[in-house]
Amino acid sequence: MHNIVSIGKQSSVSIRDLSLSFGSVTVLENLNLDIRDGEFLVLLGSSGCGKSTLLNCIAGLLEPTEGQIFIKDRNVTWEEPKDRGIGMVFQSYALYPQMTVEKNLSFGLQVAKVPKDEIDRRVARAAGILQIEPLLKRKPAELSGGQRQRVAIGRALVRDVDVFLFDEPLSNLDAKLRSELRVEIKRLHQSLENTMIYVTHDQIEALTLADRIAIMKSGVIQQLDDPVIIYNRPKNRFVAGFIGSPSMNFLTGELVEEGGRVVFRTNNVSFSLDGYDASEPLRAGRKVILGVRPEHIKVDGDIQGGEVHEAVVDIEEPMGADNLLWLKHAGHTMSVRIGGARRYAVGTNVRLAFDMTMASLFDAETEDRI
Amino acid sequence: MADISTLNTTVAGFDAVSSRLASGPSGRKPRRMLSTRNIVLYGTLTVAALYYLLPLYVMVVTSLKGMPEVRLGNIFSPPLEITFEPWVKAWAQACTGLNCDGLSRGFWNSVRILVPSVVVSIAVASVSGYALANWRFKGAELFFSILIIGAFIPYQVMIYPIVIVLRELGIYGTLTGLVIVHTIFGMPILTLLFRNYFASLPVELFKAARIDGAGFWQIYFRIMLPMSLPIFVVAMILQVTGIWNDFLFGVVFTRPDTYPMTVQLNNIVNSVQGVKEYNVNMAATLLTGAVPLIVYFLSGRLFVRGIAAGAVKG
Repeated sequence: MHNIVSIGKQSSVSIRDLSLSFGSVTVLENLNLDIRDGEFLVLLGSSGCGKSTLLNCIAGLLEPTEGQIFIKDRNVTWEEPKDRGIGMVFQSYALYPQMTVEKNLSFGLQVAKVPKDEIDRRVARAAGILQIEPLLKRKPAELSGGQRQRVAIGRALVRDVDVFLFDEPLSNLDAKLRSELRVEIKRLHQSLENTMIYVTHDQIEALTLADRIAIMKSGVIQQLDDPVIIYNRPKNRFVAGFIGSPSMNFLTGELVEEGGRVVFRTNNVSFSLDGYDASEPLRAGRKVILGVRPEHIKVDGDIQGGEVHEAVVDIEEPMGADNLLWLKHAGHTMSVRIGGARRYAVGTNVRLAFDMTMASLFDAETEDRI
Repeated sequence: MADISTLNTTVAGFDAVSSRLASGPSGRKPRRMLSTRNIVLYGTLTVAALYYLLPLYVMVVTSLKGMPEVRLGNIFSPPLEITFEPWVKAWAQACTGLNCDGLSRGFWNSVRILVPSVVVSIAVASVSGYALANWRFKGAELFFSILIIGAFIPYQVMIYPIVIVLRELGIYGTLTGLVIVHTIFGMPILTLLFRNYFASLPVELFKAARIDGAGFWQIYFRIMLPMSLPIFVVAMILQVTGIWNDFLFGVVFTRPDTYPMTVQLNNIVNSVQGVKEYNVNMAATLLTGAVPLIVYFLSGRLFVRGIAAGAVKG
């Protein structure tokens, strides 16, 4: 009963209490997820977190041990992959090597006994959208990586599916092609308005493509949110450390009372928490972790008042547009991002100001955001 | 100032490098043909090749000589007078027991055993291997383990039970019985071969085909088969040579008029009556060995490719 009630009309894919284990190894446990109609959802996590397993469950390639999967309000938990209204794009393209591009695109339709002229129409349309018309008579071996992945997307496209599933589709491509195809996938989503579920371990892909990101670790969704919220208000230390490159700076310390206000203190250095938006009152004596992103630490000329700290430049990493400084401060090494034109010699003393409105505080024990 | 001086030293460095390049060795390093390494390498290869080719040479030469010339005993000398009489005799006239129609009877028996055995065993084993590799069914592991254990049981242990089974089925001594025996005994190794090959193909292809809606047989025939020519060639070579060269099953499970070629060859060569016709024996042996030899020559390249493909993963 409760399932029927909880599925909203706008929900495209719903996962209810899904568990999956291989023998004694539990990969997914009691996972719940609602994906809105037309949404681009990215499942993000490092390898072995269960993101691909979840996608394979949605596709029907793996049988869940427990739980239910709904696609378009229909319980498809026991349905065959072909009856679920899904198309899937794989990391290794998975094109049938002995068939031409055209045959690759039409294979599923032939199996489904779609009339010949309808097959031709749909193949032509998909080829047009993906600009692969000149390749139709070629074999996959004669295509470049980017072209192959385009054909793989086309194979999902011809089947007129409700939901697209992408399993790390860009991971086998070189950096330049990856960013090109990323834009193309985003454009495709904007014009088709299908629901898309996209598995990746690349945070740039996740941040650029997603309407919402689900960050997974050990088979559990850690946070499901808008990319901006995930970036700026991570729910726990894992999410905070996973998103962002270089990683957020973490300082382990304690909340103490100083001059009537609660401040963060580590290695005898105090940090004012003015401007921090805490979800609960800050109590002195609590062991906490302060997290600040490299771009939320202001250096020298950028400082506009507030508390100022002193630090020493340890390493400088010029990255073109940005310049990354690794600083020693209060017994910690922290990274700071400044403009690419501003250069510092190693050993220089610099002044720092921490932007606490953009910082994160985590409980040292639970590692959850305070 | 500091910048300019650094620049100058860099330029000087480039000059030094380019002058070194002009005077020193460049391009491919020259190699001597008659180095110790080459002499040892090609010398060993030549000796090994001669060692294996010499018996073949003796056989071919002897089979082309008449009996008077054979009796001279110069087994390495080429025939003074080339005659194909021994070949004709071996094929059409040599006697085994009461039959005096030569090896031709055995040849056709062997063909009648070989073709169905090879076709049926490869067909069944490839489907089993595909099912084991791609369709995780309940008990698959157990089934596979039993199959592998089957490959290690000595044939001799099973001969008598099989004789009884074939007798009860009423096909003991017939070619059908022998075909069934060959098919079953080919199963473990062939299934293992196919399973490993199919397991080495990207599993995503199989997944993609399932999403495209293809079923068990559609995936087998339209996706897997077209990608598996090399392993089918390997299986074919293994089965053709194995079954053609088989002696034990042939002698146990057939009767004199259904003897395969190998058994008949043995009977010709080992017949104790009359004179030993070495030239006929040599010709008969070469005729018997011709089939596997031809199969090797025709498909050797694919064989190597298939073995390598199966070896990478699985």
